[in-house]
Amino acid sequence: MSTPEVAIVGIGMHPFGRTPERSGQEQGVYAVRKALADAGIEWKDVQFAFGGSAAAGAADTMVSKLGLTGLQFINVANGCATGGSALFSAYNTIASGAYDLGIAIGYDKHERGAFRVNTKAGGLGDWYGKNGLALTTQFFGMKINRYMQQHDISHSSLAKVSAKAFRNAEHNENAWRRQPIPEEQILESDMLSYPLTKFMFCSPAEGGVALLLARADKAHKYTDTPIYLNAAAVRSRRWGSFEVMSPWIAIDDGVGPTVDASKAAFEIAGMGPEDIDLAQLQDTEAGAEIMHLAENGFCEHGEQERMMQQGETEIGGRFPVNTDGGCLANGEPVGASGLRQVYENVLQLRGQAGKRQVPNDPKVAYTHVYGAPGISGVTILSR
Amino acid sequence: MGTQVPIQEGLFTWPSEDPRLIGSECNQCGAVLFPAQSGCPKCASDDTKHRELGKRGSLWTWTIQGFPPKAPPYAGDLENFEPFGVGYIELPGEVKVEARLTTADKDALKIGMEMDLQFLPLYVDDDGNEVITFAFSPAQEQ
Ligand SMILES: [Zn+2]
Repeated sequence: MSTPEVAIVGIGMHPFGRTPERSGQEQGVYAVRKALADAGIEWKDVQFAFGGSAAAGAADTMVSKLGLTGLQFINVANGCATGGSALFSAYNTIASGAYDLGIAIGYDKHERGAFRVNTKAGGLGDWYGKNGLALTTQFFGMKINRYMQQHDISHSSLAKVSAKAFRNAEHNENAWRRQPIPEEQILESDMLSYPLTKFMFCSPAEGGVALLLARADKAHKYTDTPIYLNAAAVRSRRWGSFEVMSPWIAIDDGVGPTVDASKAAFEIAGMGPEDIDLAQLQDTEAGAEIMHLAENGFCEHGEQERMMQQGETEIGGRFPVNTDGGCLANGEPVGASGLRQVYENVLQLRGQAGKRQVPNDPKVAYTHVYGAPGISGVTILSR
Repeated sequence: MGTQVPIQEGLFTWPSEDPRLIGSECNQCGAVLFPAQSGCPKCASDDTKHRELGKRGSLWTWTIQGFPPKAPPYAGDLENFEPFGVGYIELPGEVKVEARLTTADKDALKIGMEMDLQFLPLYVDDDGNEVITFAFSPAQEQ
């Protein structure tokens, strides 16, 4: 294991879901204040910031509420990996030696219903959207449909992923959908994009997360329980990968950016999948969690059927996944989603996750985000 | 009475006699893409030419769009919305192309089945023209 250079010394979160009385930016500011309080510092102590939202304005405007301290503030926009990219950038800024203490911020506020895709911004012709092809939900349906046939994954396993998410969220006061839903009801809800039903999809939502990062050798100045960032890696797609919003896919089959980001993160950390005690994996829909288990190296393709049926990814199971309810129960405020995963892992590694605490003192935790047009971000945290 | 127009110029050769999708092919590495574009994402060369794609392929994967898409960007009929199939068709040796399917019956769709290119009306535009798009349908003989 390589020696980590960066630690997370403060975390803050605005509850996910719908908060009509607060703008997206206000939710971000709320999260920042929580993180400052957690580390026992003030905004003026923060030397730099990376922040982003996809639909709730430019993050650097937050300084008008937080304080005009003149800090270096850089906006980040990277689709579903916006939060992950803010964290990655903050991590590198500290690892480079440029600064000692900084913050990564993500927040968002989306309109109701499925994401409205801007085909122009995505580099796609108008015909694509007019045709009814510009829906992220279709990609998820098509990817898991093929995967289920190739690797013998059942509809029941999809339902188990969703049921677990809502069950875990019941004990998470920051989650959006906290009502457990029986598997039968999940399977029988509206079929949105075969084989995925309404309760197998996450929804666009609102929320904010802020994480304070410091040089590892100075972390104890701010907290008794620093959580070290052993690795943060972001990768984009290569030839042959199958990605969301693609009018075409290469004739050659290749691996996606998740496989690449995961390998890179393990290499940076000097660890392997066997070292990880729990993981937060992008679960835009139930099938994604299943496929991402294998793409991140935590099992062979097809093994997930047994893992789901035997409850191995439950909080008390062999390898707990999405302990806070994941995207399925938290919804997806695009800018904040990746940072929520890290927030949850910090709680778990500190032993502060309450009723959803993973037993046996977990020491190493993993996060993974995936987004359009084919990007993945991975972090590895340890205490 | 309006006339029939393609959903986008340059996407396919309809109304030619034997209409095809227009992709591009890299002169350096042979990679095929759809729609046609300059620049090759496989080998990074900018030396590409247009290529008319095959009209039969196999169903690589599929789903069924079960709810009305947001409009815009969707231009199809929302008042009488009916679920529609969407899939990737693997054109042998060329590229996998995403398209609407002419069936939305999950029992009629099977990965690996043969599919044929079709051209059909999708909606009527503001000028009263019938807008033609491409889709794939299960081949008659499987
Ligand atoms: Zn090429």
